[in-house]
Amino acid sequence: MSETTDVKRLSVFKTYKLYVGGKFPRSESGRVYEVSDSKGNWLANAPLASRKDARDAVVAARKAFGGWSGATAYNRGQILYRIAEMLEGRREQFVREVGEAEGLSKSKAAAVVDAAIDRWVWYAGWTDKVAQIAGGGNPVAGPFFNLSTPEPTGVVAVVAPQDSSFLGLVSVIAPVIATGSTTVVIASESAPLPALSLGEVLATSDLPGGVINILTGKASEIAPSLAAHQDVNAIDLTGAGHGSDLARDLEIAAADNLKRVLRPSASPDWTAPQGTERLTAFLETKTVWHPTGSLGASGSAY
Amino acid sequence: MTFEYAPAPESRAVVDIAPSYGLFIDGEFTEAADGKVFKTVSPSTEEVLSEVALAGKDDVDRAVKAARKAFEKWSALPGSERAKYLFRIARIIQERSRELAVLETLDNGKPIKETRDADLPLVAAHFFYYAGWADKLDHAGYGANPRPLGVAGQVIPWNFPLLMLAWKIAPALATGNTVVLKPAETTPLSALFFADICRQAGLPRGVVNILPGYGDTGAALVNHPDVNKVAFTGSTAVGKAIARSVAGTDKKVTLELGGKGANIVFDDAPIDQAVEGIVTGIFFNQGQVCCAGSRLLVQESIQDELLDALKRRLSTLRLGDPLDKNTDIGAINSAEQLARITALAETGEAEGAERWSAPCELPSSGYWFAPTLFTNVTQAHTVARDEIFGPVLSVLSFRTPDEAVAKANNTQYGLSAGIWTEKGSRILAVANKLRAGVVWANTFNKFDPTSPFGGYKESGYGREGGRHGLEAYLDV
Repeated sequence: MSETTDVKRLSVFKTYKLYVGGKFPRSESGRVYEVSDSKGNWLANAPLASRKDARDAVVAARKAFGGWSGATAYNRGQILYRIAEMLEGRREQFVREVGEAEGLSKSKAAAVVDAAIDRWVWYAGWTDKVAQIAGGGNPVAGPFFNLSTPEPTGVVAVVAPQDSSFLGLVSVIAPVIATGSTTVVIASESAPLPALSLGEVLATSDLPGGVINILTGKASEIAPSLAAHQDVNAIDLTGAGHGSDLARDLEIAAADNLKRVLRPSASPDWTAPQGTERLTAFLETKTVWHPTGSLGASGSAY
Repeated sequence: MTFEYAPAPESRAVVDIAPSYGLFIDGEFTEAADGKVFKTVSPSTEEVLSEVALAGKDDVDRAVKAARKAFEKWSALPGSERAKYLFRIARIIQERSRELAVLETLDNGKPIKETRDADLPLVAAHFFYYAGWADKLDHAGYGANPRPLGVAGQVIPWNFPLLMLAWKIAPALATGNTVVLKPAETTPLSALFFADICRQAGLPRGVVNILPGYGDTGAALVNHPDVNKVAFTGSTAVGKAIARSVAGTDKKVTLELGGKGANIVFDDAPIDQAVEGIVTGIFFNQGQVCCAGSRLLVQESIQDELLDALKRRLSTLRLGDPLDKNTDIGAINSAEQLARITALAETGEAEGAERWSAPCELPSSGYWFAPTLFTNVTQAHTVARDEIFGPVLSVLSFRTPDEAVAKANNTQYGLSAGIWTEKGSRILAVANKLRAGVVWANTFNKFDPTSPFGGYKESGYGREGGRHGLEAYLDV
């Protein structure tokens, strides 16, 4: 007979860590910050990422770019779908975390998580179709084969939405990686835990390390070094806030190497069906010419 | 035995250049508010061609107001009606193409062979192409009934004055925007002639406004608070300044900037064709082309043979009077540009690269630079890194396709590249790895209104031409 049968079991807390290069490091700075639920109750300590963490993440994202952009679109689609599968299996965990993070009832949090899972499925299907709607043959006035093809722009820094910590996050990173770019994303500052848990899902979804790198902390501290980074090709300013000084300053810094900039929209609705704008925002168009020669120039060859 | 060419000049009589021109605002030619003017000269003779009003800040404001006023009706016109205006413009350009070709050659200095056979046909084709889009925007892939942005402020360079105007104005008008365009200070005339074409076409007043001026005029236009769209073609430095200045606004921006294109020649390439492609790549328009193939990457095993053939070919190029129909190489556009090219070439020599220039006599007046190539160039050399924007080719070598790709991509730019090889799979593999917006395989410097053009990296963003070119002028 045990003497402890009536003692409530003490739960095991999770140490939340960054997700960089497929690994789960703490911030190199050793800093954390307190994360609370909407009622002010302590939830966890999240890593307070530094500018050095941001630079490390860019290195990881650049390293992953060759392989990820070179993978077949079909393969990328399978991996995005795998992320949806893994999330579905951890649905209850995310419903709880999103509910706590955003102060949502269980049913509302469930709707958000379901929408996020479905969003991965939506973008999974886009990987091998976007080239057909964004590219194509061009009927030039001469004997040339001429084909325009969309290509991923490279490493994309993303400031994720502040208020929609999970659906908003998924909605901004899925289109970036669907087309073959890699990303460094700064999660919602006040509600970073769903993003950090997403890292655990990504790590078990066959997604190569470095394709998505997740940082938590202050966008105002980390984003400027990403906006000014010479090896970042584009930046999504969504979470910096429409009309904010931060968004303007980041755009100015981004001009230094002419990053592609996606400005924050005034009132994004993450629950609405998505268009293709976020897919095409981080695509380059390459146009290749080649002479066709001419056979049967003297008459019909048919 | 050498053949002498008799002079074969195109007649200047087809073009009547007035002694002075005003700004074109709200359908009328008008003086600048402060009365300022500047002279435009023929770069091949330094002859003053005309005196042109210089637009200042007040004029920019006046032009933007006129464009804003015109926007309401122009954007509300059925697309089919806008289309017909553009078709009219295309046809009038075709009718007046000889006159415009001679004018462009006089003001810019490029050979008549090029303005006649490349610039003007492409200008007319560009208007004809986008005319057809005006009533088909629902089918362009940007959703139903895509809306125009408003007033477009457009700043264009001097290397293809009328063609760059066409690239800017045709898609802007087709999509229902109105425009204020600033031509380059050294080549304002063809844009002012275009204003007359707008008059002939009966284009509603204020839909197109032309403001000649310098960089500060362009800056005033770009920074005007009532401009909704900024389109710029020019240097990367100015492009970055524009990107900074529009930060935090809702202005949509497209930038078509500098380049340092690699022209890659593999050992199985047909040498004679490759030589022609290299010449087209860097000596077309005296190399004053953003997408010029200014870096030749040649496979080591054929380097000597290729360079011998190239030098032989360059020795036959005819440099001189741009109006002569046999002229291959015309004048450099301005004294400033000539000084820049000269300085960069001197830097090339000072850094240890070996300079070779085609033996040709330079005219005594005007701005001229002989076709030049540098060998013994390393990737660290200034002539391999900086855009020279002149008839100067830097030659580097490589051993493997991987090395060729790595060297080609080793640049801040990403506008164009060329590949010369008979092996199809190698073309596709290399084209796939090149970080450049336009890749010419076994050809170079081909352009077409249906073909999207624009760069990766610091060569800018957005595309001009084709269906892609509509996006820059739509609220999508």
